[in-house]
Amino acid sequence: MNVRLDRRAFLASSAAAATLPMPAIAQNKPIRIGLLTVKTGPLAQGGIQMEQGVTLFLKDRNNKIAGRPVELLIGDTGGNPAGTKTKAQELIERDQVDMIFGPLAAFELLAITDYVAAHKTPILSLAAAEDMSQRKPNPYFVRASGTSAQNMQPLADYAAKELKYKSVITISEDFAYGYEQMGGFQRVFEGAGGHVVKKLWPPLVTPDYTPYLAQLSGVDAVVQGFAGSNPLKFMKQYADAGVKLPVLGGGTAGDDALLKSFGDEAIGMISASAYTSDLDSPMNQHFVEGMVRDYGSTPGLYAAGLYINGLVAEAALEKLGGNTDDKDAVIKALRAVSLTDSPRGPFHFDHFGNVVGTVYIRRLERKTGKLVQTTIKSYPNTSQFWTFEEKWFLEQPVYSRDYPPLKS
Amino acid sequence: MNRAALAIALLLLATLPFWIGNSFYVNVATQMLIYAIFALGLNVLVGYAGLVTLGHAALFGVAAYAGATLINSGHGHIIVAIGACLATLAVAAIFAVLALRGTGLGFVMITVALGQIAWGIAYRWISLTNGDNGVSINARPAPFGLSLESAPALYWATLVVFLVAVVAMAIFVASPFGASLRGARDQPRRMTALGYNVWLIRFLAFLFSGFWSGVAGLLYLYYNQFVSPQTVALSASAEALLMVIAGGTGTLLGPIAGAILVIVMKDIASAYIERWNFVLGAIFVLIVVFMPEGLVPGVVRLCRRVIAARRPRAPMPVLGEESGE
Amino acid sequence: MNLWLILSINSVTLGGLLFLLSAGFSLIFGLMRIPNLTHGSMFMLGAYFGVTLIGWGFGFWLAALMAGLGVALFGGIVERFVLRRLVGNELAQVLVTLGLSFMVADVCLMQWGGDPISVDTPAGLVGSSKVFGMAFPTYRLAIIFIAVAIAAALWGMLDRTRLGAMIRAAVDDPAMARVVGIRVSHLFTFVFCLGAGLAGFAGVIGGPILSVYPGLDQDMLPLALVVVILGGSGSLLGSLVGSFVVGLLYNFGQAMFPELAYVVLFLPMLIVLVLRPRGLFGRAAP
Repeated sequence: MNVRLDRRAFLASSAAAATLPMPAIAQNKPIRIGLLTVKTGPLAQGGIQMEQGVTLFLKDRNNKIAGRPVELLIGDTGGNPAGTKTKAQELIERDQVDMIFGPLAAFELLAITDYVAAHKTPILSLAAAEDMSQRKPNPYFVRASGTSAQNMQPLADYAAKELKYKSVITISEDFAYGYEQMGGFQRVFEGAGGHVVKKLWPPLVTPDYTPYLAQLSGVDAVVQGFAGSNPLKFMKQYADAGVKLPVLGGGTAGDDALLKSFGDEAIGMISASAYTSDLDSPMNQHFVEGMVRDYGSTPGLYAAGLYINGLVAEAALEKLGGNTDDKDAVIKALRAVSLTDSPRGPFHFDHFGNVVGTVYIRRLERKTGKLVQTTIKSYPNTSQFWTFEEKWFLEQPVYSRDYPPLKS
Repeated sequence: MNRAALAIALLLLATLPFWIGNSFYVNVATQMLIYAIFALGLNVLVGYAGLVTLGHAALFGVAAYAGATLINSGHGHIIVAIGACLATLAVAAIFAVLALRGTGLGFVMITVALGQIAWGIAYRWISLTNGDNGVSINARPAPFGLSLESAPALYWATLVVFLVAVVAMAIFVASPFGASLRGARDQPRRMTALGYNVWLIRFLAFLFSGFWSGVAGLLYLYYNQFVSPQTVALSASAEALLMVIAGGTGTLLGPIAGAILVIVMKDIASAYIERWNFVLGAIFVLIVVFMPEGLVPGVVRLCRRVIAARRPRAPMPVLGEESGE
Repeated sequence: MNLWLILSINSVTLGGLLFLLSAGFSLIFGLMRIPNLTHGSMFMLGAYFGVTLIGWGFGFWLAALMAGLGVALFGGIVERFVLRRLVGNELAQVLVTLGLSFMVADVCLMQWGGDPISVDTPAGLVGSSKVFGMAFPTYRLAIIFIAVAIAAALWGMLDRTRLGAMIRAAVDDPAMARVVGIRVSHLFTFVFCLGAGLAGFAGVIGGPILSVYPGLDQDMLPLALVVVILGGSGSLLGSLVGSFVVGLLYNFGQAMFPELAYVVLFLPMLIVLVLRPRGLFGRAAP
């Protein structure tokens, strides 16, 4: 045990001791991290990967960060907002966790954000809902993965300036994540002189995309923003229907975790993501090796996101000497984290707790028999506001189904 | 004996926040009460009217959505409560008129279709329901100036509503209307011959059932401060039905026990049993196959048998006695 | 008007897949009077079996047949050891199938993990063919043929064999069928196996289009339900027509009224239930 107690941390811990009816020495007590994830039901795919990411991180650290042992408490939300609320209560009120990793889906996060803020529990989520770090910020919120549109804005820039596309049709699930992705794409693409001809919104559950595929023609490319298992289904049906237009995709649409499931139909897809498994950095190579060793598959956004959350928590807690008693100090330290090496490369946070980091444009290729992503351009230091002025950006309505409106 | 047990139960319920320890468990208890109210309401149809529905989550959800919309447009708690109940009753009336055209499985199927349409609207009519992301309310209302923000406060408020619901159910079951509803369940032709309007009896039962589902839905909104399409989904209806069937249809204690069982599985056991969904399904199957009358009557039957084997002349008095079975 | 033509052709191919899914559902519903809520699970289970068998090196078609047989066996176990105990209590049977569907979904998640698994289109049917001068996925056209072949086989079985006559008799009037010496309980087992097997087979056939993922069961069950309610339970013609109607509603509903996609699907089901409870082609009122 080598724990440095600086004066402020000591004061904070004794102040906490005065209000809490428990032993004051917090240092050899484990750090409690709550993980809100989905282990049952249709969303379990991403949820299981999240758990893998954080498990691998803790294994790499021998279950210790900042000199303190870590206790990981896992809550299975079932992919349901009410379940998320109950599990958040379990983690915060019963288990008194120091911080929460997760949840996965926007609607899960939106169901607990007020509650978590009221209990001053730092939450490191993957859910991409824009307003969580924009118009309705939560002061205890940290997001190292990014907003829905954060990948799409650079993608639009790339499509207009490098690929010289003039017109596209977008297609994405009919829910907020889809709207926000395509809204971001549209604003930047049209700003660069492009034209979004049509925006299609199949429901989340769409066994057959043909009614939509039949409408894809007369443009330079198709932009898809699907998530979960839908990209797989979509790309397959897309190829089967004989549509030949190039496909651009967002982070979940070309997620590296899907590489083992995709077939030749996905070759050539260009996607923008905050995480790419081909990133040549020591930390990422270590991470990918670990995932392949322990779980036998190339990691994607969800596993990487949780591994990165672990790094963020570690960096912050080391600054605090492992002291987690003052939640306000913890959140301040979390948001001050700036890493030069991580599985997603260098990043830091803006004053809303949202990540500013590199976005990678990748092309899906087959190399030595395996499907891989090859980075063709990177956009470093990409903020959720892209190149727009923050004040102006926040004055606009949040991206939605009808905003920005289509120009005819 | 019976009264003493009741008094002890009441005392335990009223003092629960003091002895249960952590506020997390107080919240779980609140959820149990909310779902018990929902299950009690559903039981009016499933148990006493013999009409199985798989669309009741829609009524629960309508109250929650209506409540959320009214709260967010700045209305006070009385208007919110009345508005949510009226909205629920209106939707329940529509459901009843359509569903009562069928009986047996026809009725079940119509409620499935209605429930799915309601879900489709909650999910896709984004300007009204905010779609997938659902509707949040910033704060719980403070009826009559009482803040419900703390866990115990909401628990007590829910407990009061729950007790009112139990008493209302007990009165309902014992009333002539309750008797005629059971008559319409068991002998619809004879009831018609006797001059009863079986359709009207069932219609009113549907409204009564819908009303309590709506009350539960409104409490759910206060509790979660949030409502989303999952609240209205088919699986939510199935879960509520599971509570009623597992606990015991047509009894007063059954739906309450069923609600407790399901919430314990979902909220507490799920932290220890990774495959809790499997276990929940298995419990359901086992109950239906081996205890078709439900947990409460089944356990009572077993206890009776055990006691009867030992002491033939002392049957155990139980609360579930006022069942119409 | 390419769009209309594509949508129309696709309605037919989707209808073919839906028919494979719902023919068994309809027979079970007609004979045993229960909407078998595990039917979506059977579809998903078949798809997963198929994935595993293909992984072991079996060909696509053989894997589809074997998966169908495997699911039929599973269906037989469910019928023989669970549903049989509840004969005469249709409600309990429905609820048991609901509970079982929870269990199957969780077992699949445990066994095959949460990642979606894609199924390769069988060799020879990859790519597209020209229909009315338009490219159309060959595999989808093949599904129409499979559906028609299965429909013909089922029709032959029901209409031309002794077994089929017994099933028809039991659908029309189970009590009378028993009186004339038909072992209705054996028919139940047979029909349940057949229905489950068809669903399992359909799961593999649907694989190249839908892929396999947790939640596939819940995606397919409502469609089967709508098909059977529209067509009428126990009627082969009903499920055939119902499948194509749902295929049309689905395709045109999604393309024309995306906001109301679900209403477009379930409203006709509601209308039929309310106005004509036995469905468009049902034999007897339930």
